[in-house]
Amino acid sequence: MTVATPTPRVIFSRPELLIDVSTHYCPGCGHGIIARLLAEVLGELGVGPRTIAVAPVGCAVFEYDYLAVDWVEAPHGRAPAVATGIRRVRPDNFVLAYQGDGDLAAIGTAEIVHAAGRGELITDIFVNNGIYGMTGGQMAPTTLLGQRTTSTPTGRAAGLAGYPIPMTEMLAILPGVAYAARGSVIDPAHIGKTKAMIRRACQAQLKGEGFAIVEILSNCPVGWGMTPHESMEHLADVEKVYPLGVLVDRAAGKPTQTDGEGS
Amino acid sequence: MTTAMRRQAAANPAPGRRARVLMKGNEAIAEAAIQAGCDAYFGYPITPQAELLEWMARRMPELGRAFIQAESELGAINMGLGAAATGARVLVSTSSPGMSLMAEAMSYMAGSETPLVLVNVMRGGPGLGSIGPSQSDYFQAVKGHGHGDYRVPVLAPASIGEAVELVATSFELAERYRTPVILLADGIMGQAMEPIAPRFRHPSRPKLDWALTGADGRPPRVVRSLFLQPERLEEHNDALQAKYRRIAEREVRWAGEQLDDAELVVVAYGTAARVAHSAVAMARREGMRVGLFRPISLWPFPEPQLRELAARARGILVVELSAGQMVEDVRLAVEGRCPVAFHGRTGGMVPSPDDVLTQLHLLGARVRERGAA
Repeated sequence: MTVATPTPRVIFSRPELLIDVSTHYCPGCGHGIIARLLAEVLGELGVGPRTIAVAPVGCAVFEYDYLAVDWVEAPHGRAPAVATGIRRVRPDNFVLAYQGDGDLAAIGTAEIVHAAGRGELITDIFVNNGIYGMTGGQMAPTTLLGQRTTSTPTGRAAGLAGYPIPMTEMLAILPGVAYAARGSVIDPAHIGKTKAMIRRACQAQLKGEGFAIVEILSNCPVGWGMTPHESMEHLADVEKVYPLGVLVDRAAGKPTQTDGEGS
Repeated sequence: MTTAMRRQAAANPAPGRRARVLMKGNEAIAEAAIQAGCDAYFGYPITPQAELLEWMARRMPELGRAFIQAESELGAINMGLGAAATGARVLVSTSSPGMSLMAEAMSYMAGSETPLVLVNVMRGGPGLGSIGPSQSDYFQAVKGHGHGDYRVPVLAPASIGEAVELVATSFELAERYRTPVILLADGIMGQAMEPIAPRFRHPSRPKLDWALTGADGRPPRVVRSLFLQPERLEEHNDALQAKYRRIAEREVRWAGEQLDDAELVVVAYGTAARVAHSAVAMARREGMRVGLFRPISLWPFPEPQLRELAARARGILVVELSAGQMVEDVRLAVEGRCPVAFHGRTGGMVPSPDDVLTQLHLLGARVRERGAA
């Protein structure tokens, strides 16, 4: 009896731009998923060899150990300004900024707002895990109300520590922002949607549409005091405060709510 | 002469001879950077350097080069960091309070060896201070700004013509040694107008085998200052320190006037040296043997030259538009070989040549007493 042997084909492999090293991220951390998505998208778009990326301060500074493109380290929060400088002298390069929530939503609010306001042709990947991971789990501007961190030991109280800041909604109303979206790494289906958002945000730059940002809800099992599995499940609660979806895609005719007013 | 006319004159010098043009310091520095091949300028409005930004606002775009009025000095210097990391020739300018904000990125650029030229047109401090001329940021420029073990070359012009020359020199030093360089001017250097025959220079560009251009056909590059392994960071710091020693050996700049027979020496830089120059001439007319020693590189400080001079002189008078900052480096260089007196004004006040002459009389009397004792 002859058994038909199907020809083997590769259905999953390491993207070329993803460097073959073991990770420094904690077990279960979402940064690794996002690094892979970036490697896939930049590879598929063929922009790896002309990418200049900006690394933030925080856990993700070591992103240059994983993504095989040129990188420069920015001071804490200044990645959008650094990316702006690169963009203005290297119009033929692809410019990527990678930021965490402490970086973008706290210390770097001026830089992100004005880079977006100028409509800089850069793509900003904003990883929101609601905590300062590298320094040991302190409250971030994005930390949920009631969430315990090492600097909100009884839970974040609005009266003491204010409210979570929805940065991407705030940025989406700026005319210079061509594309703003929020995805999640909670499960494979959402990871696929997030990849599509990253791809669209990169295309917005390549087509010269304007500033593009993708906020990605990610987890921090160690900082949250959860197992990796628990932390992934917790992302469902995070989504309630930070709704997923495309906030603005001007070229595709999806304006923000404020765009419609008075028109 | 309007700004527009000066811009026209500077950009289009008369053919066949070096035209003399009346230029404001800030504008001359800006045009010198343009002629030196500056690819990108980033700034934020602050007095007394605002004309520099305004000059760039018109000239850079018309040449197809990058110009951004940033959201803050933090934004400006970090745009500079990004552009410089790609190997572009970058100028950033500010004045004292803005320099404080730029301190952070200066540390990162020193650590990641990113070349950039930063102009600080100093005003009175501390705090918001005044917009008058001052040299109160000597410590900040020479000893300070950001965190960590690092130094940057600091050049201080004493005339607008010299400022023009030092802009090109600053770009050369920045690229040769992969370091930020500070051009330290005071409010008078920025605001005064002088007729100059500018010697614009366009330094050749060295090969940049570290710049970020995209990893196309070569391994990826990282411009970084983070080295978490202590052994690796110490190695990096040792390499930086070795570079600083090379700079200290090769890049000392200073000027002297009437030093050969000088018994008393005035040490001053920038605008204070202009005042001192007049005072020295007045003292000479009185028969005093007085000379002027003018550091041009504040780091590396002309320490060996000053030490040698101190062995011959009977007294040194340091004049600054500050409460006394460079005088500390003078005393370190002199090592007690002769008395070191100080005269300074602050807050935007400038000593007159008569003031300095009076101080020279006092110093003369002091050293005569010392000699008689």
